[in-house]
Amino acid sequence: MSELSIQVSQLTRHFGSVVAVNAISFSVKRGEIVGFLGPNGAGKSTTMRILCGLMSATSGQAWVAGIPVAADPQAVKRKIGYMPENNPLPLDMRVAEYLRFRARIKEVPGPKVRPNVDEVMEICDLAKTARRKVIGTLSKGFRQRVGIADALLGSPEVIIMDEPTIGLDPHQIQGIRRLIDGLRGRHTVILSSHILPEIERSCDRVIIINRGHLVATGTRSELQQEFLPGMHFRVELKLTDPGADLDALLTTAGMGLVVAERSNADEEGFISYELESSHNNGPSGSELLLWLTRQPAMVVRACHKVEPTLESIFLAATKRSWEETHRPQKVVPAAAIN
Amino acid sequence: MRHFIVLLRHELRMLLIAPATYVAAVMFLILMGFLYWAILRAMVEKPEDVLPSVQFFSIFWIPVFFVVPLLTMRSIAGERANGTLDTLLTTPASRFAIVASKFGAAYIFYMMLWLATLWFPFITDKLFPHAMPDGSLLNPATHWGGFLFVAASGMLFIAVGIFSSSLTRSQLVAGMITFTVLFLIVVGGQQLGGLARVEGEWAQWLHGAASYLQLFQHLDDFARGVIDSRPFVYYLSTALLLLGLSSLVLEAKA
Repeated sequence: MSELSIQVSQLTRHFGSVVAVNAISFSVKRGEIVGFLGPNGAGKSTTMRILCGLMSATSGQAWVAGIPVAADPQAVKRKIGYMPENNPLPLDMRVAEYLRFRARIKEVPGPKVRPNVDEVMEICDLAKTARRKVIGTLSKGFRQRVGIADALLGSPEVIIMDEPTIGLDPHQIQGIRRLIDGLRGRHTVILSSHILPEIERSCDRVIIINRGHLVATGTRSELQQEFLPGMHFRVELKLTDPGADLDALLTTAGMGLVVAERSNADEEGFISYELESSHNNGPSGSELLLWLTRQPAMVVRACHKVEPTLESIFLAATKRSWEETHRPQKVVPAAAIN
Repeated sequence: MRHFIVLLRHELRMLLIAPATYVAAVMFLILMGFLYWAILRAMVEKPEDVLPSVQFFSIFWIPVFFVVPLLTMRSIAGERANGTLDTLLTTPASRFAIVASKFGAAYIFYMMLWLATLWFPFITDKLFPHAMPDGSLLNPATHWGGFLFVAASGMLFIAVGIFSSSLTRSQLVAGMITFTVLFLIVVGGQQLGGLARVEGEWAQWLHGAASYLQLFQHLDDFARGVIDSRPFVYYLSTALLLLGLSSLVLEAKA
């Protein structure tokens, strides 16, 4: 059995002159939960639709559970549970009735339809509250659960969810996150979301695409190393000596830290500084705190290490990709041409 | 085949739970009942040679123009607009099974509506037993012929509706395309018949082709009890072609 659930190689999709997906390659291991990130129009949904066999690629190849999507899309559909963006559902049907229909169409054997539907409703917390309800009367959070339950029917190897938490309130988001956490190890899950803290908490790994290009792939710490290397600290202190300068003191200390940002002084005269070092072997938090407290020219109130959020990594990655694809052409003076 | 049956059952269920289905059925029966009454009333005032059932089936085009677009415009266009078509296309069901199930459900409902109109002569005979004592009101041959024609031509009409619905995500546009194409098929066939009367070396060939496409000619034959296999081939092959094209459109526009 292959270790990889999804493998994508040089996948490209054109819509007329627009290149929605441009030669992207990545792979997802069995049982992994992977976040698919990118700004609007980055090509996330197109890639997901190609993987589901909904749309064909212009060039390149994709395999799901070892099956080539282009050659055998019907077989791939048996391995995939897909929840599209906005989670479209027939509003007139009852939850159990709809899930039974979906189980039958997904080729769940007749005697197993009811137990399978009961199982997914239990997993998605629908069994007690929403079993007999008409889908149109459900809240958005419960509708999302119905969509996820549908994707789980037939226990597919790969579950693809396009924006599963869009439009939900924080409580509902937390519920969906717990639900996705529960799938870890049993299914390979790819989910796209704009709510980056959700991706950060739920996913083992992140794939970032921008304008159809694969920008980065890896765990959060790997991406941090690539896009926001170095160490970051936030300190709050008050300089007792009016002539003292923190930048100068840091340079003298030789710890490799510089002031990246500073706030205005608060009512008590304390200033918040963000310090950064461009390399990873700078001082530890305790070393910095010790050095700060030994300085006679300042009073320290707080000092802590700052881990970059996925949001800042994502912004740095997409910014770099934007700069690379939109680098202005060097203008050659007319005299030089002649 | 398994997917087709599951989908067909689902489509029929969706038709049964939709209030619009019952509204369409009631409107259809009211209109057809009124037309049947008008035919009987005209016969009372001025006796005619043509049986009421023959006259009744000869106005098949009136309900076709509004029932078929209403019945089919939602089928694919509505699902595409709601996004539920995507969830359907990610299942192992083939595109043709999806199209065929939508056709099947709409066709079954269309035929159920026409079947309900078969009660009209029985009701008339029960209420006014002395109106036509010779039993011509219940003449089975004309009813069978007319019903066979409705069944055969219905395949083409519903397939036109399904194909139109596959072309767009707007139900209104799908309905308008269906109406226009049905108008061309029904009225255009008659116009072709007029063209075929011109003199010329290929007039005979044109006449043959025009009569092959003339729905009213087929209806006359069926009503007289002449069951020809050629109209069946025409309706069935065109319906299959349109359904095949619909599944290709589904593939291309996914």
